[in-house]
Amino acid sequence: MSQALRDDPAAAGEGRVAAQPRTGMGLLFRAWLPILLFGLLALVPLLAKLGAEGFIISLLTRVVILGLAAMALDLLIGFGGLVSFGHAAFIGIGAYSVGILSSHGQEDLLVQLAVAAAVSVAFALASGAIALRTHGVYFIMITLAFGQMLFFLATSLAAYGGDDGLTLSGRSTLAGRPLLKGDVTLYYLSLAVLLLAYLLCRRLVASRFGRVLRGARENEIRMEAIGFEPFPYRLVAYAVAGALAGIAGVLLANQSEFVSPAVMSWQRSGDLIFMVVLGGLGTLHGAIIGSAAFLLIEEVLSHFTEHWRIIFGPLLILAVLFIRGGLVGRLGRGL
Amino acid sequence: MSGPILQLERLGKNYGALRVTDDVSLAIEPGELHAIIGPNGAGKTTLVHQISGLARTDSGRILFEGQDVTRTRMPERVRLGLARSFQITSVLPGFTALENVALAVQARSGSSFRFFTPASRDPALNRPARELLDRFGLGARADVPASLLSYGEKRQLELAIALATDPKLLILDEPLAGTSHDESRAVVEILRGLKGRISILLIEHDMEAVFSLADRVSVLVYGRLIATGTPAAIRSDAQVRAAYLGEEEVVA
Repeated sequence: MSQALRDDPAAAGEGRVAAQPRTGMGLLFRAWLPILLFGLLALVPLLAKLGAEGFIISLLTRVVILGLAAMALDLLIGFGGLVSFGHAAFIGIGAYSVGILSSHGQEDLLVQLAVAAAVSVAFALASGAIALRTHGVYFIMITLAFGQMLFFLATSLAAYGGDDGLTLSGRSTLAGRPLLKGDVTLYYLSLAVLLLAYLLCRRLVASRFGRVLRGARENEIRMEAIGFEPFPYRLVAYAVAGALAGIAGVLLANQSEFVSPAVMSWQRSGDLIFMVVLGGLGTLHGAIIGSAAFLLIEEVLSHFTEHWRIIFGPLLILAVLFIRGGLVGRLGRGL
Repeated sequence: MSGPILQLERLGKNYGALRVTDDVSLAIEPGELHAIIGPNGAGKTTLVHQISGLARTDSGRILFEGQDVTRTRMPERVRLGLARSFQITSVLPGFTALENVALAVQARSGSSFRFFTPASRDPALNRPARELLDRFGLGARADVPASLLSYGEKRQLELAIALATDPKLLILDEPLAGTSHDESRAVVEILRGLKGRISILLIEHDMEAVFSLADRVSVLVYGRLIATGTPAAIRSDAQVRAAYLGEEEVVA
């Protein structure tokens, strides 16, 4: 079965990564996979009560939060063909919005979210206006450079901990009350934000706007020849993806109650790209699955040996090489 | 609008020391079907690139409906009504035939900064797109990804996309190349149906098609226009025969 599908010309001929399953079961599974995924994420904390709850919840919260940032990146890479290597910068903007605001006494989550989103959009518009004039490897390099710029800016913020970062006095508040104190509450809040963002992104990629974005990925000249200038559409996508990652940053700072330049290191940007590719480009929920797989494998391996990266690296390379269409494509074809 | 729809004034382009188009002046009247013929490497495709805005023009001017568009970017020219097809098929491979055409319809129908309504169920986009596909006999293939269409079907899709932008002037770069006999007859009939309603600049090697369709024919050799005239005049032009037609006895 799987061999037959691999010979499917639809899968072979297209640049698209996610292969279309032909079987009824595959199609059904594809349609239900996101629901299954969110259902599972909603239920896991209940199961966690049986084991090491604190540990599992904290791991899952990171899965959800980085899944949000990775999904935003999939909007750019999977749908726009824009390989941004500086996406962690937006997580940094979100995290530092929390850190800086709360060190000045502004601990309200909604205010922090608004500031994080606004600054992310502003940074995306400014850096995107330059980066999106370039293509391919130059785009990758420029986004990396902008990311590093923010990274070094953060290390130089002596008032806010510089290199060492700053520890938050506590989690953000809602309407003056410490509603996020509980780990499970924070988890479900993050999950709700992720679900909302997922639904938003799904509409976005299916809309007129999304079509232009996807069309420009496939054939830019063709798009220009029917009257579309891809640049403004890409810029808006870049800003949307930035804002979502900024929101992820706010949540991440709350999860760890600590903010440092490390949240926006270029390695983190690389991790996000890996999550998207591992999960399956251009699927949105694939990025969430990619985030889960990435963080779980990292967690398990680091238990065995302190040199876990030596195993992790090749494992990722093998996964990307041999799981075509990412985990989502693999799952859709039936295991 | 009186006067030519497209006017080229001493158009030129160099690739390094190579002069690809040289001092090309030409006027195309509204409703005219004007063909450009010439041997391989004569600079026909470069000329199309210059007129459509894909390639920069080094010297001379391009006037579209009297407006200077020499430095205008390609998307803007398309919005003015200047559409083109490509010699090397250029469709969106991951989009279905219908989506390819619907996207071109979308380009001319208001803003595309619409974020929340699904485009695939938008009748304002799908209805005109489906009509165009039917016209090209691609109706039954509407939901097939463009990458899976046959070569001939892709050529026809390419034409449907260009027409979907609602052009005043359509530039066709060898629309018949690589099509089967039946497909090419179908395309010729479509062009005949368009004739008089929109202006067409046709680059083509199929002499039978050119001489049966064109109102006027221009001959491009080594980047220069050596003759322009009615098909009959071109056929009997001694200079043209020597430079080009002489070797090809297809023109009986």
